[in-house]
Amino acid sequence: MAITKRVNMDYAAGKPVDPRAIEAMLPFMKTSYGNPSSLHIAGQEAKLALDEARSKVAELINAEKAESIIFTSGATESNNLAIKGVANRYKDRGTKIITSSVEHMSVVNPAKYLTTKGFEAVFLPVDKFGSLDLGSLEKELNDKTTLVSIVYANGEIGTIEPIEEISKIVHTKNAFLHVDATVAAGQVPIDVQALGVDLLTVSSNDMYGPKGVGALYVKDGIRIEPLFHGGGQEKGLRSGTENIPGVVAFGKAAEIAKQEMQTNLEKLTKLRDRLIEGLLDPLPYTFLNGHPTIRLPDNISVRYSFIEGESMLLSLEMEGVSVSSGSACASKTLEPSHVLLATGLKHEEAHGSIMFSLGRENSLEDVEYVIGLMPSIINRLRKMSPLTPKELEG
Amino acid sequence: MYSDKVMEHFKNPKNTGEISDADGVGTVGNPVCGDLMTMYIKVKDERITDIKFKTFGCGAAIATSSMTTDMAKGKTLEEAMKITRADVATSLGGLPPVKMHCSNLAADALHAAIKDYYKKQGVPEVKK
Repeated sequence: MAITKRVNMDYAAGKPVDPRAIEAMLPFMKTSYGNPSSLHIAGQEAKLALDEARSKVAELINAEKAESIIFTSGATESNNLAIKGVANRYKDRGTKIITSSVEHMSVVNPAKYLTTKGFEAVFLPVDKFGSLDLGSLEKELNDKTTLVSIVYANGEIGTIEPIEEISKIVHTKNAFLHVDATVAAGQVPIDVQALGVDLLTVSSNDMYGPKGVGALYVKDGIRIEPLFHGGGQEKGLRSGTENIPGVVAFGKAAEIAKQEMQTNLEKLTKLRDRLIEGLLDPLPYTFLNGHPTIRLPDNISVRYSFIEGESMLLSLEMEGVSVSSGSACASKTLEPSHVLLATGLKHEEAHGSIMFSLGRENSLEDVEYVIGLMPSIINRLRKMSPLTPKELEG
Repeated sequence: MYSDKVMEHFKNPKNTGEISDADGVGTVGNPVCGDLMTMYIKVKDERITDIKFKTFGCGAAIATSSMTTDMAKGKTLEEAMKITRADVATSLGGLPPVKMHCSNLAADALHAAIKDYYKKQGVPEVKK
């Protein structure tokens, strides 16, 4: 049977590039292909475009100056640059780094890597909503700590972390705070100065710019070590000829995200809340993952008892709906999401999770379509499951 | 990622449910790992006359359960004991490599149900 309707609710995995961002980047591939390091007119044109994009990204997060933005190849590089860059630069001062148990793998793995190089890494616990345990941060933070790295908002369960409080605690000691704002920047207002953040990761594709571009905000005056050594671009922190088309489109995407943030935030929040209500209300043994209110506007992570995420994902796919799963069975590692486990879920509960991530193109009609599909999908799978209690079998 | 055959069995699985007066019941897997299946068999004259399953798991777990029941139905217990995980995967047009071990447990569940039948009948050792 041919699928007549397609609904994408997996925007967290990838977003389309805003046509205005595509438009902005095209000249820098066709005609204005100069290298910003050149002194001639073509080079200076590229340099100007680079500076302009830098300003736009800086404005999005209210950086004190455009020069505090370092362009990278994406969030993974930015997180690596921040963590290894601080750890290595300040290793004479201390070798302890602190992060949380709900970080993206591009924070988890650099931290783990550093433990093989003589550093100590601590992964702080979170509560059942995925919010950081501030008490354990206070306890772990000491004079040997050079870096604390905490996600702004979680990409799997949507929970927004108390960054302002974290920042205050971190700065009672001589440590820097890095915030991974990959999935949050461009969606919710972020002010690095008001928050007191020292380094912050931003991703282009997560705000409808192209993939393969990102940025790291490094507060004015903080020195870190580069990952790449070469021609000294990006203040020596990211050698290699700048990806001008990508950076220009990223800048445009950041500008649009800032201008249209309020509209998108309101629209998505309404859709999110309707989806949560429509998923949870009709079915027993159905739960929301993450914080009920302090969460991203685009994330809806739900778990259904007695059934497994991939079979839900496949059932939705057969109806034209794309989602992602928190289950091991849809991943390469065969382990359920470490984020879900960190919130205290048992393995079998984590296996029953699916994540809907909304995008600008989603409508209320899409949301109602998905709400309408779920009961029969869930009931069918529950009927097949040996874990389902007898009273649920109709 | 899955073959058409797997998707067909996932969409319309055969022989789902329980047999309340089953002659043999076999459960394998663990919900912690994301896969748990129970197989129920009815046996007459050493032959599987009816078979049903209940499965908690991914698409591959449900499809292999369905395929296994299809393959075992009507077979003698001796023939059914010879059905392997590989046979089930082959009949489904193959499984993704990552699924071969974790979700391809249905043949084991079938064998467990047959062993349970023998045990209930007082047969000490299963003949291979």
